[in-house]
Parts: sequence; C-alpha cells; structure tokens
Amino acid sequence: MAYLRSILRSGKNAVPAVLRREFHRTLPAAVQVTVRDAIKEALDEELERDERVFLLGEEVALFEGAYKVTRGLWKKYGDKRIIDTPITEIGFTGIAVGAAMAGLRPVVEYMSFNFSMQSVDHIINSAAKTYYMSGGLQPVSIVFRGPNGAAPGVAAQHAQCFAAWYGHVPGLKVVSPWSAEDAKGLLKSAIRDDNPVVFLENEIMYSVPFEMSEESQSKDFLIPIGKAKIERKGNHVTLVSHSHVVSRCMDAAAVLAKDGIECEVINLRTIRPMDMEAIETSVMKTKHLITVEGGWPQFGVGGEILARIMEGPGFSYLNAPAVRVTGVDIPMPYAKHLEENTLPQIKDIVFSVKKTLNV
Amino acid sequence: MAGETSFPEPQLAGARLVVSARTYADFTPQASFDIKNCDVHKLEEGPPLQAVLTREEGLQYYRTMQTIRRMELKADQLYKQKIIRGFCHLYDGQEACAVGIEAGIKRSDHLITAYRAHGYTYTRGGTVREIMAELTGRRGGIAKGKGGSMHMYTKHFYGGNGIVGAQVPLGAGVALACKYLGKNELCVCLYGDGAANQGQIFETYNMASLWKLPCIFICENNQYGMGTSVERAAASTDYYKRGDFIPGLRVDGMDVLCVREATKFAAEHCKSGKGPILMELLTYRYHGHSMSDPGVSYRTREEIQEVRSKSDPITLLKDRMLSNNMVSVEELKEIDVEVRKEIEDAAQFATTDPEPPLEELCNHIFYNEPPMKVRGISPWIKLKSVS
Repeated sequence: MAYLRSILRSGKNAVPAVLRREFHRTLPAAVQVTVRDAIKEALDEELERDERVFLLGEEVALFEGAYKVTRGLWKKYGDKRIIDTPITEIGFTGIAVGAAMAGLRPVVEYMSFNFSMQSVDHIINSAAKTYYMSGGLQPVSIVFRGPNGAAPGVAAQHAQCFAAWYGHVPGLKVVSPWSAEDAKGLLKSAIRDDNPVVFLENEIMYSVPFEMSEESQSKDFLIPIGKAKIERKGNHVTLVSHSHVVSRCMDAAAVLAKDGIECEVINLRTIRPMDMEAIETSVMKTKHLITVEGGWPQFGVGGEILARIMEGPGFSYLNAPAVRVTGVDIPMPYAKHLEENTLPQIKDIVFSVKKTLNV
Repeated sequence: MAGETSFPEPQLAGARLVVSARTYADFTPQASFDIKNCDVHKLEEGPPLQAVLTREEGLQYYRTMQTIRRMELKADQLYKQKIIRGFCHLYDGQEACAVGIEAGIKRSDHLITAYRAHGYTYTRGGTVREIMAELTGRRGGIAKGKGGSMHMYTKHFYGGNGIVGAQVPLGAGVALACKYLGKNELCVCLYGDGAANQGQIFETYNMASLWKLPCIFICENNQYGMGTSVERAAASTDYYKRGDFIPGLRVDGMDVLCVREATKFAAEHCKSGKGPILMELLTYRYHGHSMSDPGVSYRTREEIQEVRSKSDPITLLKDRMLSNNMVSVEELKEIDVEVRKEIEDAAQFATTDPEPPLEELCNHIFYNEPPMKVRGISPWIKLKSVS
C-alpha cells in the first residue's frame, strides 16, 4: 500500500526529503527518497569510495544534469571527476571506453538512451566484446546510464526502450531499476562491477519517492545484478515487468485484488542476466504468466521470457498460454490521448489477467 | 587496476645482438644522418633535420623490421594454404612506422591501432610465436585463439581494432586516463588514410584538444583506403592539417629515423602539457588491403615495384649502415638467418599447437565473475563460462 500511495503522489514530498537528506548526518529508520536522489546518492558514494570513478556526459557538471540527477556533484568533486562533454556521443563514449581499458571506472551519462544509438558501436564492439576477444586480457569496467523508454510528450525519437537491444548482447550486463532502492543498490553494484553495464533509468520514475529502509541507506548497500525481486506475492497469476511499468502492475494488482484475484508481481531489476529461476518458481505456483513492458513487442523482453518458459521446467505448469503485454508496435505518437493508448495502462493489465484466467 | 596484472611482461623486440667475427672496434659506433624535412602545420618548427643512429640501435631496428617483414610474408603463405582464415591485413612495407614510433616513445607509454596490427603487436612486446598462433587460432595464441588477426593485445597496447576509426576515441580515452592518473605517459592513436574521414575522429580531435589530452594522433597514410586512393576519398589529402586547431607534421614514413625523430618531437609536445599533436606518416603497403585483395585493381604493379626498389624501409636502413661502416654484410645476413629461423619455428608452433578446447568456448565473457551458465545452441545444451 505504501508503494501505491507513493506512486500516486505527484512527488511534492520529494523536495522536503531532499532537504532533510542534506542537513542531517544521521537518518531516521526509514525515509522517503526519490529515484533521482537515490541515483545521485549512489553516484556520490561511489565517487567518494573509489578515485578511479568519474562521470562524463552532456550537462552533467555545471547544468547539474539535464534531469538534475547529478546536482551538487560537480561542486563537490570538480572538473576532473565530473566532465561536461560536447554533444558528440560516439566520440565521448569511445573516450570513456578507452579510459576504462586503461584502468579508470567511467560512468557515462546519456541524456536519453535514444542518443546512445550513435554510440552503440563502442558499447558493443569496443566494450562488450573486448574481454572475450582478448582471451581474458582486457577487461572494460564501465557503466552507461541514463533515462530509457517512455517519457511524457517527448514523441517518437525520444521515447524508445532499449532493453531488448542491449539485452541481446553477450558481454553486457543490462539493469533496469524501478524503485529508489533498486536504483541505488543496483547502480552501486554496476559501478563496482568490473564489466560493461548498461543502466536503464526512466524519466517518469525520477520524481517518484519511495521508502528507503535503514539498510539501504548504508554506503555499502548493494543489490546483486541478476536477481529479480518479488514486489507483491500472489497465487493466481505472475506478472513480470521492469522499470516504470512495475508501477502499473502494482496498481493493476490492487484493482484485481478487489475481485479476489491475487497477482504475484515480479520486478525483474536486471534484464541481462535475467533471473529466470524467480520467474519459473513463481509460474510453478501460479500457473499463469503475463509479461508486461513498455517496449515494442517484436523481439522484446517479453518474447525472451516466453521463449525461455517454453524451453524450461515452467512450461508444464502453465494452465494457459503465457502472453505479453507490451507497447503498441508503432513509433511513439505525440498527442496525449494517442500516447496513453500506446503504453500498457492499468486497464490493459487487468484485462489481460482476466483473459488469461478466463474470468 | 583491472587488467594490469593479466598481461605477461613484454619482450624487447630485436634486442638480441649478433656477435660478429669482426670486433666492434672495426665498426663505426654511431653516425649522424640527414633526414627529410617535415611539413608542419601550426608549429613554429619541426623535428631536427639530422638523426644520430648508434650501431646497436641500427641492428635493433633492422632486426625488428626484418622480423615483421618475414612474419607478414609467412602469414601470407599460411593464408594461401588456408591455415589462416578470415581477415588478414598485412603490414609489409610499413615497418619503419611501427619500429620508428616505438623508438620514439617509452615502453610505459600506450598505443592503439586499427586492424593492420601484427607489426605493432610485435613492437609492443608480443612474440612472433604467440602472434602467429593467434592468426592460426590456436590455444597458444596471444588471445588464446579467441580474437584472431584483428584482436591482439599486450600490456599498454590496446589492439588490434576491427571497426574503422573506433580506435581513435578509445586511444584518446587511454590518454585521458594517463592524465587523470598523473602518470606522465601518453597514448599513440593510429589510424589510416581511409579512417581519417571518420566523424568520430573529428569529435576526438575536439575533445582531446579541449581537455589537452596527451595523445599523438598518427595517420598512417599508405595512399589507399582498401581500394580507394586518397584523392578519391578525401576532399583534403593533407591529413596532417585535418586536425585544424591541432598542430601537425607530415613525415617520411619509409625512413625509420625520420619516424623516430618525429615521434620524439611529438612526444615532447604532448608531455609538456601542450595537448595533442598529429603526425601523418607517408608510407606504403606492398600487399593489398587484406589477403582477399590482390592489390592491383586500383594501382599498378609498376607503382608497387617502384616503391620496393626506391623506398623500401629495410633497404634504406641497411644501405645507410653499410655505407657508413656501421655493420657488415655478413652480420646482416646472420640476422636474416636468425629471423628466418625464428619465423619458421613460430610457424611450426602455430600450425601444430592445438585449437582452444571446446570446454573453454564460453570463457572470458565477464571479468572477475563467479562461473555462470551460458545458453548453448539448443535448450538441452548447457554450457559454462568461467572468468
């Protein structure tokens, strides 16, 4: 319920949470932190912990981040560690990968993962494949982060979800956090990981506050990459999702609970390597599976999950075909009503659950 | 830091000296040679017009260039016998570049190049054995047979890169790390005349200059980007000027001394904190672009022959040393014999060493990671990956 309340709130409480953070050294047991601030905390802590970590990207320093994620970091760490780049993605991504090859630990920010398409060659050919091609001689410790997927009103060129594209590549780890705790723990793990990690944030989630447990406020709080989290337990159907769509699943689960349908909501947290074990264990219990994502249907995250269910032990437990709920297979339109009907809404998830359960 | 400890210690290429029948007192210990003037761009002056060569240096450069030459010719042979597969881009003709550059920098400096990389893998510490075994895809290869011709690495040598132009921002990144870590090291970023038109190179020039990164950009202009001559690919073939706000030099890439002096000059510029500098080396490749290119559809055999007879880098050095009594003909012949033997032994190893075992197929996906499962060709095949 706390999650539901926090999602439906517009984020007005985010500001007091930030102020509280900055003026108090010792924190109360649980505290409200927005995803944006959780990301910043992770960056701040890792910059402090390891001299080799540095950030680069457009507007990350003086502008304090296009989405204010890196606010205050340049003032604290200076030009050497927080680097504003010109608008030259392929160039600065290559530079970051080279720096990683020489032993630094860069964190590259893309103002939006849509711009990473210009850098894809370096992410895949220079970063992901290198440790393998070199027979284990040349590791590449680097994180590529930024907002991914839908954002309100940004239209086609700025709203694509890249989870499936990057999830396709061996040698990459691909992480897609949902909550503030996810964002903090996973980003810290990503930065400490000695391999290339693609860290897919989401603009819609930046301002959403979540309760952060006492444990998650520690400077060594890490969430392991490759492990999903069950956000809500249930017996009737498994909903698997990632990023901002997890919120929709939780909302839909609350609606369905009124009809006596209990959904188990799995927050993937990591796209690659994917935690199939968690999904299979859940499916063996609920016997019904729906994957829910914001990305396009063809060759998507859901498609991969369904294929693996078919090939694995989970298949024989299914009482109905597993299905995918995805974004519509079109470039993202601008008009609000059209945009709303392009992404899975609560009603779409509720509808799909009822169809799957045949109720 | 990650990766530093994985590399074996590099060998100093060509370090072994020949013991001659004649005593050292018979030979000139060192001589001074006039070298060609370099065209300069945004520089007050260029490298010196004279270079001093010692007997030891001469013998070392000769041995190294000859080793690269013979190694590449052997690779040609093995490729035609289908023992080497896929891509094989040979460096014969361009030896003075790799050897001259290495003579102008320190072992602790860094270097990155594109796919015509066998020569650099050697000058940066790889052995002929492990280079050839990588070409033949065997477990004794420098990358355990996992990379092939274009993906060889040694300490402070970042390959071997297959995507044209990609190595340039990577090299600037290495230079950024050098500056960041305060190590007074630089990075040499090589690219060809074909790559010189790539957008990411200009992006790199901009950032390297803005941030004063210690990199030497070097355009190895061998006149042809695959089958396209420079005039047909570039609106401006003054590659040493293409860095615009970055000072540049155009250097005779067939003369190892010229390359060395220019590199020293460039390294001095970088290390004094002035930021990047650009060198264009005018050179030539005898082979086609790769083994699948006979190399005569876009240039004449006469042209190739003319370069061989008038500008061959090994002949140039040999003539200089002989005419100044720095070395004897027998001595050089002895080196040739030793080099030939080394190549033969390496080729023997490269053709008899077994291929990497199938159990290691999935290894080296991630560094520093517990063993993990990898999906095989069908759902029933379960493979394992170890770091």
